[in-house]
Amino acid sequence: MTAIAHRYEFVYLFDVTNGNPNGDPDAGNLPRLDPETNRGLVTDVCLKRKIRNFVSLAKEDAEGYAIYMQEKAVLNNQHEKAWKALDIAPDAKDGYKKLPKDEAKARELTAWMCRNFFDVRTFGAVMTTGVNTGQVRGPIQIAFASSIDPVVPLEVSITRMAVTTQKEAEDQSGDNRTMGRKHIIPYGLYRAHGFVSAKLAERTGFSDEDLALFWQALGNMFEHDRSAARGEMAARKLIVFQHDSAMGNAPAHVLFDAVSVQPAQPDGEAPARSFADYRVTVDKAAIPAGVTVHEHF
Amino acid sequence: MAFGVRLQVWGDRACFTRPEMKVERVSYDALTPSAARGILEAIHWKPAIRWAVDRIHVLKPIRFESIRRNEVGGKLSPASVAKAVKAGTTNGLANFVDEDRQQRAATVLRDVAYVIEAHFELTAKAGPDDSVGKHLDIFNRRARKGQCFQMPCMGVREFPANFKLLEDGEAVPEPDASLRAERDLGWMLHDIDFARSMTPRFFRARMAGGVIEVPPWQSEEVKA
Repeated sequence: MTAIAHRYEFVYLFDVTNGNPNGDPDAGNLPRLDPETNRGLVTDVCLKRKIRNFVSLAKEDAEGYAIYMQEKAVLNNQHEKAWKALDIAPDAKDGYKKLPKDEAKARELTAWMCRNFFDVRTFGAVMTTGVNTGQVRGPIQIAFASSIDPVVPLEVSITRMAVTTQKEAEDQSGDNRTMGRKHIIPYGLYRAHGFVSAKLAERTGFSDEDLALFWQALGNMFEHDRSAARGEMAARKLIVFQHDSAMGNAPAHVLFDAVSVQPAQPDGEAPARSFADYRVTVDKAAIPAGVTVHEHF
Repeated sequence: MAFGVRLQVWGDRACFTRPEMKVERVSYDALTPSAARGILEAIHWKPAIRWAVDRIHVLKPIRFESIRRNEVGGKLSPASVAKAVKAGTTNGLANFVDEDRQQRAATVLRDVAYVIEAHFELTAKAGPDDSVGKHLDIFNRRARKGQCFQMPCMGVREFPANFKLLEDGEAVPEPDASLRAERDLGWMLHDIDFARSMTPRFFRARMAGGVIEVPPWQSEEVKA
């Protein structure tokens, strides 16, 4: 697996219709809002979770594509696999607590984790959880996604024609109904920025195939993340900037500024309710030399 | 400032976590010298050089916001690991991500912009072909073109830091009017002393006219 040779930045647009893309635990699972602008937010870790889930679905634990941060995974079994696979005996006194004194062996352990786990290669991991296999910084960095326009979360009350306990049934003298609440955003188009460092990819062995899989995950991850809370979510656009060199050929903010998302009807009175209400343009003239733009879908 | 560099950095959010409030993270009011060093090293660093931050200009008003996220819980206790090693099995050491949830709030800065003034010294690892001029040129060239080893960040990786080089003769932007008065930011982390088993060292940060003067690493004012 040869590591990628180019630096990349990407702009990722996804939308939600009548759903909650990312609940805020501080606000009773209301969609996250930026309190200053009322724009919706989706955290980086939310997107990463979906990418991990997609890869584990798509690859079904194929060799080298295991997912370390599994839902319901046993992290330390994974670590122990590394120790066992490389046949390194635990230190008599410290057990598996510390990295082996021998730095080469420690590096071997980390390399083994990178080879076998897609998400360690991609996002990195802190593996100092008792059974120690070192710390990895991954090449891919994702920032918070925020919506293009302010969003208005709606609270939808729903009823359930059943109750949970006998006591509730008695309290209602056999009426047996409960009320619940859902929070939805009627429509929101979200924009996320991401970065891929070729130099860190060299250290974790993040390859071109991995990158292709990563783009594929961004394209399809919402297709496998359907649930009652999510509503309809879809990846709308992925604009990738590929630099000619590993260090990059242009500042990231210049590239991001070249992508503008505007309302399709500049004087439109009605709030946006579909992706057709927006127009995404990439200002090709503003892209410096040495950077190529790919639009993935 | 013959050997100095000036780098302007800005971003939507930042979290320079206070070491005394790491669980539910609370950010310092401004960029710390150690985070500034990290930003510079993300653009250019070699073992032959050591960055030293001289001055930090704060350009935008200091504002906070709270974000709560699901995070993975704590580490395992070494004692239980030792026990498992003795038994030769990891049974009972299970760590389920979604059963080991901690919801943690982070109080982070919003809409930040700084100018970092820094210089570097050559270290003992510098070879015969490492000169100050060479590394200075590399840094300036990269910062000018927006090149970096990895995208620098504002304390944590989910908050990327945009950067641009301030050329010689280019003035530092005016700080916001709310920063004119002198402010005492209290004890702030200067950096971690890696030579002495990661001891953090602190200094008394004072901001006047938006400028924090950072005392030299080995000076009397920096205390472990």
